[in-house]
Amino acid sequence: MIGRQKHCIALEDYSREEIAQVLDLAVSMKEVLRRPIKKVPSLRGRSIVNLFFEASTRTRSSFEIAAKVLSADSLNWTSSGSSVSKGETLIDTVKNLEAMHPDVLVIRHSASGAPGLVASRVGCSVVSAGDGAHEHPSQGLLDAFTVREKLGTLDGKTLTIVGDVSHSRVARSDIHAFGKLGAKVRLCGPPTMMPMGVEKMGCTIEHDLKKAVDGADAVIMLRIQHERIGAPLLSTTREYSRLWGLNAKKAAEWLKPGALVLHPGPINRGVELMPEVADGPASVILDQVENGVAVRMAILYLLAGESAEAKS
Amino acid sequence: MDSSQISAAVSRLARDIAQRAQAEDAAGSLAIVGIRRGGVHLAARLRVELTQLLGHSPPVGTLDIALYRDDVAVRGAAPVVGPTDIRFPLEGKTLILVDDVLYTGRTVRAALDEIVDFGRPRRVWLTVLVDRGGHELPIAADFAGVKLEVPDDQDVQVRLREEGHAQDAVLMSRRAT
Repeated sequence: MIGRQKHCIALEDYSREEIAQVLDLAVSMKEVLRRPIKKVPSLRGRSIVNLFFEASTRTRSSFEIAAKVLSADSLNWTSSGSSVSKGETLIDTVKNLEAMHPDVLVIRHSASGAPGLVASRVGCSVVSAGDGAHEHPSQGLLDAFTVREKLGTLDGKTLTIVGDVSHSRVARSDIHAFGKLGAKVRLCGPPTMMPMGVEKMGCTIEHDLKKAVDGADAVIMLRIQHERIGAPLLSTTREYSRLWGLNAKKAAEWLKPGALVLHPGPINRGVELMPEVADGPASVILDQVENGVAVRMAILYLLAGESAEAKS
Repeated sequence: MDSSQISAAVSRLARDIAQRAQAEDAAGSLAIVGIRRGGVHLAARLRVELTQLLGHSPPVGTLDIALYRDDVAVRGAAPVVGPTDIRFPLEGKTLILVDDVLYTGRTVRAALDEIVDFGRPRRVWLTVLVDRGGHELPIAADFAGVKLEVPDDQDVQVRLREEGHAQDAVLMSRRAT
């Protein structure tokens, strides 16, 4: 259990304390990752099924490594080449995998709400690895962890999220995590990519990139989610890049000294982020990847490290 | 045990360790690792005493065994994990493994497993303030401040000033169930 949570599906449902519990534990998990022998026996005999209905490199390998370092057995299942192509439904697939007695199901799906639906139908813990444009909780936690590690705290910091906010599950999880940890969140991007009602989530909107990043302690750059966009929301990617992309000149002139640049990946180099910024001194993008493993270890440990009797 | 008895016990432990280390030509390779949380402050105290006795300061580290426990399947919630911090190579070291109380031996078993994953010390000497008996594994202390036979329904608590207690004490109480 993470606080009172049996699942990790939406940071919207998490309290500040529950988020902090994961981040605090991830500090110890990161130390394990830097040991000469990167393996501890704590989840020996536990099994974790990774169910990916949507493409992923970072998240899937990150969950897989996290499980392996904790000595859990992990099974990786991807929808391509499975019976989904023969017409099996999501619930039937999950019920069949559940019959193999996993302790945790990690699920990524293009439909928002799919992990929540699965959680209501199975006995084990469910972790969302991203569902549609809803949430990507482990990414929100690792972004918060990275900012906290670099800046010491999120309390009172200003964090700016730039890009396709309305189609981004990362943005949604970031907004909840950052807000609950006491940060002020600014959103920036084309008006067509700003969701309705985000002010209610405690964010401010600023369409001008220069103003949006002015004084910000960290900037999170997002990719345009072409796969989730039906009608075109921009004239050209070149125009997008000119107005909302971050290059070395803008970074040097507009960002405050010491400000961090984050990106959840995959980066569309040359669109939202120029290589000289992505690979520059302000970038913590590769720290995010390493921290992602530590944060996912913490999630798996808390959800699978509980005895079967205590759960029921 | 009261405060002065505890100080005397720690001094005696340090003298015994130093003596054996010198006899076995291991004084130069000594290193200390305290098991969280009870062993950490004792490890620091032993280090101070050993520094005086040996004329040099052995390196000290901290071990958290939560990820190596063998009772994850039978306990309720997942145990709290604290930091492990060992910044020196263990190869060839004579390692003083320190805990406050030796009881079933399961903590020491977990600690030994974890140590082996960090490196290969030349030898490990288990040092505890209180050996209360009731061992469930073939594990014994090389150095014990005091040996007692405490019934299983009693708890032994070591309280040290470093943890915010007014003074050092070893207390026994009936276990809350």
